[in-house]
Amino acid sequence: MVATSTTSKVSVRDLTIRYGQNAVLRNASFEIPENEIFGIIGPAGSGKTSFLRALNRMDEFTPGMSVDGSITLDGKDVQTWRNLYALRRRIGVVFPLPVGLPLSVYGNVALSPRLRGMKRPDLDDIVERCLRRAALWDEVKDRLDALGSLLSGGQQQRLTIARALSQEPDLLLLDEFSIAVDPVTTMRIEDVLKELKKEVTIVLVTNLVQQARRLASRTAFFLNGECVEVGETEELFTGTVQDQRTRDYVEGRFG
Amino acid sequence: MSTVIDSGDADRLDAAWWIDRIVKVLVFAGGISAIVFILGIFAFVTKEGFGFVLKDMDVVEFFTSPNWRPTSDTKPTHGILALLAGTASITGFAMLISVPFSLGAAIYIGEFATGKTRETLKVLVEMLAAIPSVVWGFIGLSIMNPLIIDLFDVPVGLCMLNAGLILGLMAAPIMTTIAEDALKAVPDGYREAAEAMGATRWQVIWKVVIPAAKNGLVAAVLLGVGRGFGETMAVLMASGHSINMPEGVFDPVRALTATIAAELGETVAGDTHYQALFTLGILLFAVTFVINLTADLVVRGIRKK
Ligand SMILES: Nc1ncnc2c1ncn2[C@@H]1O[C@H](COP(=O)(O)OP(=O)(O)OP(=O)(O)O)[C@@H](O)[C@H]1O
Ligand SMILES: [Mg+2]
Repeated sequence: MVATSTTSKVSVRDLTIRYGQNAVLRNASFEIPENEIFGIIGPAGSGKTSFLRALNRMDEFTPGMSVDGSITLDGKDVQTWRNLYALRRRIGVVFPLPVGLPLSVYGNVALSPRLRGMKRPDLDDIVERCLRRAALWDEVKDRLDALGSLLSGGQQQRLTIARALSQEPDLLLLDEFSIAVDPVTTMRIEDVLKELKKEVTIVLVTNLVQQARRLASRTAFFLNGECVEVGETEELFTGTVQDQRTRDYVEGRFG
Repeated sequence: MSTVIDSGDADRLDAAWWIDRIVKVLVFAGGISAIVFILGIFAFVTKEGFGFVLKDMDVVEFFTSPNWRPTSDTKPTHGILALLAGTASITGFAMLISVPFSLGAAIYIGEFATGKTRETLKVLVEMLAAIPSVVWGFIGLSIMNPLIIDLFDVPVGLCMLNAGLILGLMAAPIMTTIAEDALKAVPDGYREAAEAMGATRWQVIWKVVIPAAKNGLVAAVLLGVGRGFGETMAVLMASGHSINMPEGVFDPVRALTATIAAELGETVAGDTHYQALFTLGILLFAVTFVINLTADLVVRGIRKK
């Protein structure tokens, strides 16, 4: 076990991620503090999604993907968790495009608690609570038995957030959640996230630098597999930056 | 030489136009001829068997009597109950064996095996599906028969158990292939989303993949049943082929299909026996058609969603 400062939820040390020989993230090191939103920004292909996948060890199911260095969650290296499934249950993931499982609205949110052996009526409570926290309850409370895939794109995205919350995670990973969502719904989800960070540490990968600015206390900038800079979000936008490329990116002057 | 497109080009029929035309006609002819052949076969079977249905058939006897004695000099009877029971018991037994085996195999190949193992297994399963039924019959006759006699201490090993096992082994590869296709059709995103939630591999398969592939899996089973119903040669060789209401797995039985195959050669075209056999043909045709249609409707059910 690596000793870390008490406020770090996740510590990344010399992390290198490869697909075959191709390193898509090299020697990244940074800390993700507890109970705040940590932003990751960077252009396409810079390794953001790969980092999230390494964090909940989805690399196990990606042929050719290998991870060196360490990621610790609450001081314990994720690679050393014997029970991979227990690790993943603590980490909620929201994918860029909502993946509504071929289940009802209720079934989607109830799946994870069910896998943990929860039964009705506790199940009803948790489904309602999670849908409320994801700001979806009022829209779907009359159609809990409808197929999740029949909801609109923005509703489905909130459904996947509710599903992630049903795991009662203490770490929530969001990968470009607003890619298929209209601006109004995006704002609603952002409000939800601000509320959630009191209880959950959130890692927010986003292509919208302004979204990172609105939400994240600290932000990392990835570029072509390099973690260029990590700092207070406001610093990246207005203060001094260590690397001029960071400022160029956040101000949209790139390439 | 000018390449300017004038209005004349609009009506000039070039090679591509003709090829398109010809291909269209050929494809249409191919499709139509398949339908024509099927209708033709159906018409023929119906015509040959209908004389019996109209004239000699006693409907109650036909469906409720276990006595199939079409060649009796004194009083020929045409009861198919024993034959139906034979076919149904063999098919049922076969499904009992092949459904769990092939679904298990499909899940292993589709969800667990990777790389070389997976490819090798798929090729092997397809090779199994290509074994001619007479070879399976031969296995029933010369391997299973003595084996059953030895193991269970019974006088003959040509029985429902033997035919059911053989038929189960025959149906399994096809069912495995179709079931595996159904599992493959489930988007990987579902698996990934469930895995990311901390579901174990087994939970992912049981709670997400199988429900999503349900229709395809049902279709696979139904096609296996259809196969069992229609199989002739292997059943003829392994079942013992004696008319009998089966009471246990060691009873020899006789199947509808095998009856037609074995007796048709002894008949005189057009006589009552000949027509009765064709009536069995109509029945088989109808049953298989219903099973395949159901399977097809079930598969369509998936696509609608
Ligand atoms: N399964 C894989 N096999 C091989 N290479 C991969 C795989 N997944 C991603 N990559 C490569 O890794 C690099 C980083 O990909 P990643 O998905 O982490 O980028 P990203 O920062 O999330 O980009 P985006 O903003 O477009 O989502 C890319 O060059 C990509 O082609
Ligand atoms: Mg990405």
